[in-house]
Amino acid sequence: MSEAPLKRTPLHAAHVAAGARMVPFGGWDMPVQYTGILDEHRTVRGAVGLFDVSHMGEFECNGPAALAALQSVTTNDVAALEIGQVQYSVFCYPNGTIVDDLTVYRLAADRYMLTVNASNIDKDYAWVTHHAKAARWRNVSDQTGLIAVQGPKAEALVGRLADQDVTKIGYYRFARGAVAGVATLISRTGYTGEDGFELYAAAADTPRLWTALLDAGRADGVASIGLGARDTLRLEMKYALYGNDIDDTTTPLEAGLGWVVKPAKGDFVGRDALEKIRAEGVRRRLIGIEMVDTAIARHGYPVRRDGREVGIVTSGSYGPSVDKYIAMAYVETALAAVGTALAVEVRGQGKAARVVKTPFHPSRVKRA
Amino acid sequence: MANVPKDLKYTREHEWAKQEGDSVRVGITAYAQEQLGDVVFVELPKVGAKVTATKNFGVVESVKAVSDLFAPISGEVVEINGELSQKPETVNQDPYGRGWMIVVKPSNKGEWDQLLTAQQYEDFLARAAH
Repeated sequence: MSEAPLKRTPLHAAHVAAGARMVPFGGWDMPVQYTGILDEHRTVRGAVGLFDVSHMGEFECNGPAALAALQSVTTNDVAALEIGQVQYSVFCYPNGTIVDDLTVYRLAADRYMLTVNASNIDKDYAWVTHHAKAARWRNVSDQTGLIAVQGPKAEALVGRLADQDVTKIGYYRFARGAVAGVATLISRTGYTGEDGFELYAAAADTPRLWTALLDAGRADGVASIGLGARDTLRLEMKYALYGNDIDDTTTPLEAGLGWVVKPAKGDFVGRDALEKIRAEGVRRRLIGIEMVDTAIARHGYPVRRDGREVGIVTSGSYGPSVDKYIAMAYVETALAAVGTALAVEVRGQGKAARVVKTPFHPSRVKRA
Repeated sequence: MANVPKDLKYTREHEWAKQEGDSVRVGITAYAQEQLGDVVFVELPKVGAKVTATKNFGVVESVKAVSDLFAPISGEVVEINGELSQKPETVNQDPYGRGWMIVVKPSNKGEWDQLLTAQQYEDFLARAAH
């Protein structure tokens, strides 16, 4: 890794002042926890939490060539996207493995915004400007702050501060407006499995928005939430994390993201490879497992069946809301069925596990 | 500064050791549990197992990390804290009390003097903070 100094979000000073434990994450100095991961996890499931996700990258893609450009570089069908709608998607390499996962926002007829993973900003920007150069691209990551407000009380909290009725914003939809007087793109999206919003604002305005949300949410039991709980929350939903569960060695088909691969829309980078894999059938699948023996399966631990190595763990921890040790793992397709008995090799010892239905914890996102 | 009881001895890996008659009770320090964050899993040896000073005798896992436990002293494990398998958070709540991990019957009493005193451990923590 490079020795470059860690980058800071517009909320860095607020995290330090709040006593957060700061850690390096994807080149950024980020809060991993404030009071404790379990406590923060439960705050999001039971009330509402604020996440600083300003480290994530935002690109604008504009002009008459924007749609064609995005169609050629993402796997999902951007033509299906209405103005005001958000779409989950993937950039693939020609061999079908994953450059990054992202969300695409249609801002206007010929204007889009893409949100990408923090650690991939430079790689992704080079990728899109090379493979989709007909559009006008702008990397606005440094000018853009992003706060996720997640939990059963998120709608009430954002609603109290917004200049509009946010209950009208459907899942994977967004509206422009003001929240606490700050110009904001209010997106009904998230990474926790709870109802909530992601609020995009100018970097300079982001601390004011953060403080207003904390103040207004006090009666709701609002708290700031670190990356530690963000990880356990997304794990309980089996949401993939780039670098852990998906990367340049995995395809969206085996990762359970086949629903965002739309070959019928026309050509895109990776299409031929993905069509071939789909026709032949995937050799392995990303599944959810629950430990039967008491042990925690961690990223990189081998998965075995009758002593034979049949897969690998990609994410694993204690799931605070399910109160079990849970994990995500790639296993051979024949062993991916719910109920299949497996063993995870933990420090040289086989620990019993089984394939379970996912998400591990029921999703409470607000679907239209 | 983290709580460092005067009547205990310590390792540089943040275990504490307490003389109780012929036996030594072992756990991790307040500093250690605070650094780990929420403890969600503790793996201990079985009663009757032999442990060796400075060698790994078990594992403590927080949500984010796996950490080895190191024996302050060599000997036979005569008792383990079974409560930790159901309530690993006890390590966070009461690291010097109900969060203890094992009791060892020492095989080499000379090792006791190799351990850090409370003052030495406090100095060690202070240096680590810089």
